[in-house]
Amino acid sequence: MERAAVEPFKFRTRLTLTEVTGRRAANIAELLEGIKAADDAVIYHHTHRFIKQSHHLVPEGANDFAYWVTNTVQADRLGEELTSIDIVQYNSLADIRGAFVKMLERHTSENPGPIRTVAPGREFHFMRAIRFSLPTACSAADYGSFIECLRNVSASSLYLHVFEARLRPPYGLDDFSHWFKINFNDEAVGKELSRLDPYSYTLESLRQRIIRIIERRRAEVNRA
Amino acid sequence: MPKIDEYAPAAGGSAIEELKIIASRLKGKTILNVNSTAVGGGVAEILSRMLPMMTELGIKPRWELIKGGEDFYAVTKKFHNALHGTRQELTPADFQLYRETLKTNMETMDLDSDIAIIHDPQPAGLIDRKPAGAKWIWRCHIDLSNRQADVWDFLHGYVSRYDAAVISAPSFSQQLPVKQFQVPPSIDPLADKNKELSDAEVSDIMRRLEIPTDKPLISQVSRFDRLKDPLGVIEAFKKIQPYVTARLLLVGGSADDDPEGAQVLAEARAAAEGNPDIIVLCLPPTSSLEINAIQRASTIILQKSLKEGFGLTVSEALWKGKPVIAGAVGGIPLQITHKYSGILTRTIEGTAYWMKRLLHEPAYARKLGENGREHVRENFLLTRHLRDYLLLALYLESGRQDFIHL
Repeated sequence: MERAAVEPFKFRTRLTLTEVTGRRAANIAELLEGIKAADDAVIYHHTHRFIKQSHHLVPEGANDFAYWVTNTVQADRLGEELTSIDIVQYNSLADIRGAFVKMLERHTSENPGPIRTVAPGREFHFMRAIRFSLPTACSAADYGSFIECLRNVSASSLYLHVFEARLRPPYGLDDFSHWFKINFNDEAVGKELSRLDPYSYTLESLRQRIIRIIERRRAEVNRA
Repeated sequence: MPKIDEYAPAAGGSAIEELKIIASRLKGKTILNVNSTAVGGGVAEILSRMLPMMTELGIKPRWELIKGGEDFYAVTKKFHNALHGTRQELTPADFQLYRETLKTNMETMDLDSDIAIIHDPQPAGLIDRKPAGAKWIWRCHIDLSNRQADVWDFLHGYVSRYDAAVISAPSFSQQLPVKQFQVPPSIDPLADKNKELSDAEVSDIMRRLEIPTDKPLISQVSRFDRLKDPLGVIEAFKKIQPYVTARLLLVGGSADDDPEGAQVLAEARAAAEGNPDIIVLCLPPTSSLEINAIQRASTIILQKSLKEGFGLTVSEALWKGKPVIAGAVGGIPLQITHKYSGILTRTIEGTAYWMKRLLHEPAYARKLGENGREHVRENFLLTRHLRDYLLLALYLESGRQDFIHL
């Protein structure tokens, strides 16, 4: 019989509704101005949506800004730089916005020449994510039931608890690590999970990876 | 009508569970839909499948139709074409007729509801009789990116008084004082056009339609319309014929009631004449199962549109796991990410190149189809469409917060 947690882990999931702001960018300068003016809901939409949307595709280490700059503006170098911004290392959406602004400002100052404007119809559209947090039927009180839940929750739930959680207190820490630390004094789970990179896995392969981590810890804890 | 749990294998169990949770927060609320037709057309097709799902989820849906004479529909047809970007002449009498017809409808129509979704321009003017406290959403299914100014200015007066507007793609957005949301249209995975068919069922239908399956089949399912570029499809196929073994099938609805359609069909037949590997086929509008089977029997599916609204036939093809080559117009780029979940082209030469390449690289073609199917599962099924409407209703009901904890 495994030791049970005082507080069960209640899995939640994230849904979004997309608001179209009507703001568009036809070149890098307009993209920069749009990002500067963007609120958290805009930054969330363009940086977090991409990973979730692409979870079934090959891992695509990018965000909407990088994707547009690379594929539509065809500014390859800048696109590559924007792709390299690792959104999960930041503790707030404001910090993520700051990282994009800094990189675009540097690019603009280093490339003062004429800027390329994309053809009509291929502009960047700024959108906002209205976020909804929902309960799920999955609840875990020990390692075994936690693993079972991991097998059943949606990819959105996984994303919410592992990556988006780092944007709220306790900043920089995912929900799973926090729960194992508080309830089982298990910091090894956190160490392993903190190394996971959403750009290196699809969310489905990430699910398998997390399950393996918890299974290994479960075996170690049971042996101890 | 299928029960909501029957959608779980297609949409995923968690998507159904999420729908139930959202709907539980709207339990007992009345959601009114108003459009102009009960049968025919994409809106009626979606509502007829979606409203029973709402009822099963504990919501009270209602559906009202705007009524008008032939002259009213002639005017709203002109509105529709003008908003799509085809120049129309509208007179003051046309606008007056619209106002009067809406006034008559307002006197008889029951508009009582908690939330109302008003579809397209025909019933937009009903906003004049919005009940106090109700939340009204204008749902526009039209691509407004090339809209005619006078018609839009007229509608703008109505639309700007709604609580929110809903469009299918970001490029359709307009300057409005109300918030606009993106809710793309959807396909029903359990409808005859999309439901799973066994290999035997597909073979039977192909045999009955006398479509040989001895060579890889490249098909385009579209009405015979110049904007679907059937002649461009034939030209592209002829370019690759010296290098590949394949058959082209152009299949569309009967064009008897559409003089231009009949002419385009005749031109397609003339272009295909003497070429045994090009088949031009007309099917009646009730041929949903046949279309389903043809798509499933195809190796590649084309949608070489030159202009398109949303182009949901692309999602129908992707749902069958087929590699799709389609024109990069309208809502198609939302459905296909080039080289990940399909191929986007802009020319006859590009279409020919990618047909040849996908025939020669079946593993890559298969991967495109698999990715495309997952993209549709996530974004273009009826369950997602319903979910977005319910989320919007919740957003409006709960004080328009950016973050809502249920």
